[in-house]
Amino acid sequence: MNPQSYIVLSAILFSIGAFGVLIRRNAIVVFMCIELMLNASNLAFVTFAKMHGNLDGQVIAFFVMVVAAAEVVVGLAIIMTIFRTRRAGSVDEPNLLKY
Amino acid sequence: MNLTSTLASTNVGETVVFWICGALAVIGGLGMLFSRKAVHSALFLAMTMVNLAILYISLQAQFLGMVQVIVYTGAVMMLFLFVLMIVGVDASDSLVETIKGQRWASILIALGFAILLIGAIGNGLAGTQAGSLDTANNAFGGNVQGIAHLIFTRYVLAFEVTSALLITAALGAVVLAHRERHTPKPTQKEMSIERFKLDTHPGNLPAAGSYARHNAVDTPALLPDGAAAEISVPGPLRSRGSLRPVNEVEEAEVIEVYGDGIRAGEIVETDPDSGQETQR
Repeated sequence: MNPQSYIVLSAILFSIGAFGVLIRRNAIVVFMCIELMLNASNLAFVTFAKMHGNLDGQVIAFFVMVVAAAEVVVGLAIIMTIFRTRRAGSVDEPNLLKY
Repeated sequence: MNLTSTLASTNVGETVVFWICGALAVIGGLGMLFSRKAVHSALFLAMTMVNLAILYISLQAQFLGMVQVIVYTGAVMMLFLFVLMIVGVDASDSLVETIKGQRWASILIALGFAILLIGAIGNGLAGTQAGSLDTANNAFGGNVQGIAHLIFTRYVLAFEVTSALLITAALGAVVLAHRERHTPKPTQKEMSIERFKLDTHPGNLPAAGSYARHNAVDTPALLPDGAAAEISVPGPLRSRGSLRPVNEVEEAEVIEVYGDGIRAGEIVETDPDSGQETQR
């Protein structure tokens, strides 16, 4: 299987994630789109690892997964805190600095 | 050799796996994007991640495939669902644009970005050979051993920094989720007094399905006059509107009492006080 097909799939998934970040309002769904983008980049890393015949790409993908897990923990805690203080689940609602 | 390695080494198997799992992954991504409810988005994303795990395994990354299932679908997505349940399941996106023309601009940007990525990187890779990880995977006895060798030699510093990152993240979550108590905790006596001061029902709420013909949680309890007590059904079910109609239950009861000839809705009851006729 040509690595090109995997990279095109990865690009499609990344674009879907980027589109979601731009268009969705719910903070948690925006977060899920970021996860999809991280997963797409992981697919590219794993594909490149196979293409070059060494495991470095897989190690990098592993580190991306660790960083994503830490990011999810902190991000969801922030979303929870915002929801608890302001009852806002949308990314448009916390606009206190605007006025 | 195990099954996954044989599958990966045969080209036809890998192609079939790629087209099935790749299509399912894209469908999951689009489903996540276009679901109105956040829970559906989370489940679609879990589907995408499972399919990506299968793709990793067919790309000879067995360890990463397993980690993907355990960490992403097992831990991260369940954390997402957990937070969704706390923040509110029935919260759905509003379709009102805060910035004018944002939707069309984002469609344009996303499409342009996709075309750019596929055109630049995809075409740059045209004609490259698939390569094989057989030598790298078998150098230390397997995929896991090979990755372990790399992590603990060349990437050992990054690995140590990762542990600091994980501790920081855990601490950050604890600090963010912690709530400082400004008032003393109310005792049971004070809470009881408060409850009777309010102008609401002080006792237990009626259990779902009390005196009704069905004791399922979505069936409202029946009040002494035969009306449905909506308060007996849990709030999320009420706000989602998934209540079992009480009329079916009533109908069976009516038939039992008045005989088979009369249907519910044909019975006219006369109110003894006002003489007003109400139809049930």
